[in-house]
Amino acid sequence: MMDVFNWDGTVSAKDFRIGALSFAQKWESLNSAFPPWSWVPCPKHPWLASPELFQEEGYLSLENICISRPYEVDIDQNSQTDPGEEETSCSEKEDDIDDATLVQSNHHELHYCDFHIVYSYTFRVPVLYLRAYCSDGRPLLLDEIEKELPACSSKESPETKWAFITQEEHPYLKRPWYKLHPCGTSEFMKLLFLGGDTGQPKLEVVLELYLLSWFSAVGQVVGLRIPCKMLNDRR
Amino acid sequence: MRKAIQKRMEAKKYVWEGAIPLQIHLHESQVTTLPPPPPALILAPRIGYLPLLVPLIKPHFSSTLPPGVDTIWFEYRGLPLKWYIPTGVLFDLLCAEPERPWNITVHFRGYPGNVLIPCDGEDSVKWSFINSLKEAAYIINGNCKNVMNMSQSDQLELWHSVMNGNLEAYLRVSSKLKLATIEDEYTSLCSSKSQQGSGETDFTGQVKTGRVPVRLYVWSISEDFDDWEDLSQVDSWEKISYINRPIEIHKEGKCFTLHDAMKSLLPEFFSDESLSDSKLARVDFEDAQKIPSEDVSSNKVVEDQGQNAYEHREACCISSSAEIKLIRIQGIEPKLEIPFSWLVNNLLNPDHFLHICVCVKVPQ
Repeated sequence: MMDVFNWDGTVSAKDFRIGALSFAQKWESLNSAFPPWSWVPCPKHPWLASPELFQEEGYLSLENICISRPYEVDIDQNSQTDPGEEETSCSEKEDDIDDATLVQSNHHELHYCDFHIVYSYTFRVPVLYLRAYCSDGRPLLLDEIEKELPACSSKESPETKWAFITQEEHPYLKRPWYKLHPCGTSEFMKLLFLGGDTGQPKLEVVLELYLLSWFSAVGQVVGLRIPCKMLNDRR
Repeated sequence: MRKAIQKRMEAKKYVWEGAIPLQIHLHESQVTTLPPPPPALILAPRIGYLPLLVPLIKPHFSSTLPPGVDTIWFEYRGLPLKWYIPTGVLFDLLCAEPERPWNITVHFRGYPGNVLIPCDGEDSVKWSFINSLKEAAYIINGNCKNVMNMSQSDQLELWHSVMNGNLEAYLRVSSKLKLATIEDEYTSLCSSKSQQGSGETDFTGQVKTGRVPVRLYVWSISEDFDDWEDLSQVDSWEKISYINRPIEIHKEGKCFTLHDAMKSLLPEFFSDESLSDSKLARVDFEDAQKIPSEDVSSNKVVEDQGQNAYEHREACCISSSAEIKLIRIQGIEPKLEIPFSWLVNNLLNPDHFLHICVCVKVPQ
C-alpha cells in the first residue's frame, strides 16, 4: 500500500464514495444544527432501460440552507469564531449561537442555497457546487451570492485567494450551477494531513477522514461550519 | 525525420482547416420584417465555437431584429446548443447523417438560462477555453502551473490563434506549455521513421503520465436501421451521457488501441470478453504474446460492476447485447484497431482534449 509520504493529496472515485457516506453519517449524528447530507446516486447512462445498473457514481446533497446574513451581528466572547470572521446564520439554531442581537437583514426575503459535493475525475478531489435562490425560487445572480458569501468573491485576484466561484454546468444535473474551484485542493489536503507535527498518520486513516477535513476548510468559505465535536470524533 | 514532422503537420492542418457549412436561420419569433431575411451561410471552423460567429451573423439580421438587448443562442431542431462545445463536435454528435449545410437556428432573445450557462460573447468563450486547457494541463502534468503562469500576451496570442485558425501561431505559443503528447514504441513503427529528438516543437517526447484528456459524448439507439437519417434525433441533453474523464494508458505489452480506450471508459458496453479474458490475462501473464492481454483495469471493472450477483448478471446481459455503432472524432470514423496514440497526437482540439462522439445500440 502506498505510504502517506508519497500521497499526492488526491483520492479515487471509490474512496470518495466511501468517504462521502461516512462523512454524511458523522454529520447526521453530530451536527444536529443542520439537516443531513444525502447521497444521490447517478446513473452513468440515464437513457438506459435500467439505468440503475451503472450507478456507482453520485454526489452528496444538502439543500435549502438559509444563507442570508443578518444586518448586524455582535461577536460573543464565548463563541469560537475569530473576531474578524463573519458568521452566517441559519434559520435553524446552531449549537454555539451567541447572545448577540441579530437584526433581520434589509432583504424582504431570505436567500437559500443548495450544496452538492461532487467528485472530479480530472482533479481527483471533491468539488463543491452550489445554487442559490430566493424563497420564491428566483435564482440569485453572482453578485448577490457574493454578498451573502463574501469569501467566494471573485473581486480579489485568483493568485491571492485559493477559492473562487464560477458558473459551470453541473456534471450530473446538466444545468448551470456555481462551482468552487478545485485547483489547489490536492495541495492543501496534503498540507492538512502532513503539515502538522502530530506525527504521520496512516494512509487509511487519511482517506477515511479526507472528506471531513476537506469540508472543514471548504465549508467555511460558504459559511457552513463544522462543530468541533465532529472534528474531534474519532469513531 | 523531416518527413515525419511534415506528416504530423499535415494531419494537424487538416484538422484545423476542417469546417462545417452552416445555414443559419433567424427564429421566426424575432422576424419583424416581410419578407423574412434569408438565412446566413457561414463556413464554421470545426475547432471553433458558435458564439465566435456572431460578428458574421449579426449584421446579416440586424435590420430585422426587434429593439432591445441581444442574448444570442443557437438551437438545432429545438435543442439549445451548448456554446462551450466545439462546433465540429456538436455537428458530429447531433447529425448522425451529416447534413450539409447544417441548418441551425439563431435566437437573439429568450436565452434559456435554465439550460445554458450565460454567454457574454467572446470573453466567455475564451474563459471556457482557457479553463479546459488548464484541465488538460492538470491531467497531463499533474498541475496547471504552465497555463496559469502564461503571460497575458501569450494567452491572448494563443486565444487569437484559435479564433483565427492560425495553426503556426498556436503551435508556437502552446509549445511553451510543454504539454507532452503520447509516444510509444508503436508511434515510431507506425510512422516508420525514428522519432528520436525529432525537434518538433509541439511535444517534448517525454511521456510524463499515462493520462490523456478525453471528453466522451455517448448517445444510444435501440433499434436497427438502414439509414442514419431514419433515426429519431436527439432532442434533449438528458439523452446524451457526457463523460469528462481522462483515459489511463497502460503501456505493457501490445499497442494501446482505440478499442482499449473505449473499453476503459465504457466497460459496460463491452461483452463478456471482459470476464473471460481477465482469466486469460492472469493465466497468460508469463506467456505474453500469445493472447492479447487485457489491461489490468478489466479485473477492477468486474469488481466494480454491480453490488450483487443479480445486478452483475443483468449488467452482462446489457453488455453482451450492446454494440458500438459509431465513433466519430473530428468528423472521422477511425477503426477500433487504430493506435490510440495516433488519435491523441493528431486529432486533439486546441483545448488539448480529444472529443469523442459515440453511438451505442442497446436492447430496449
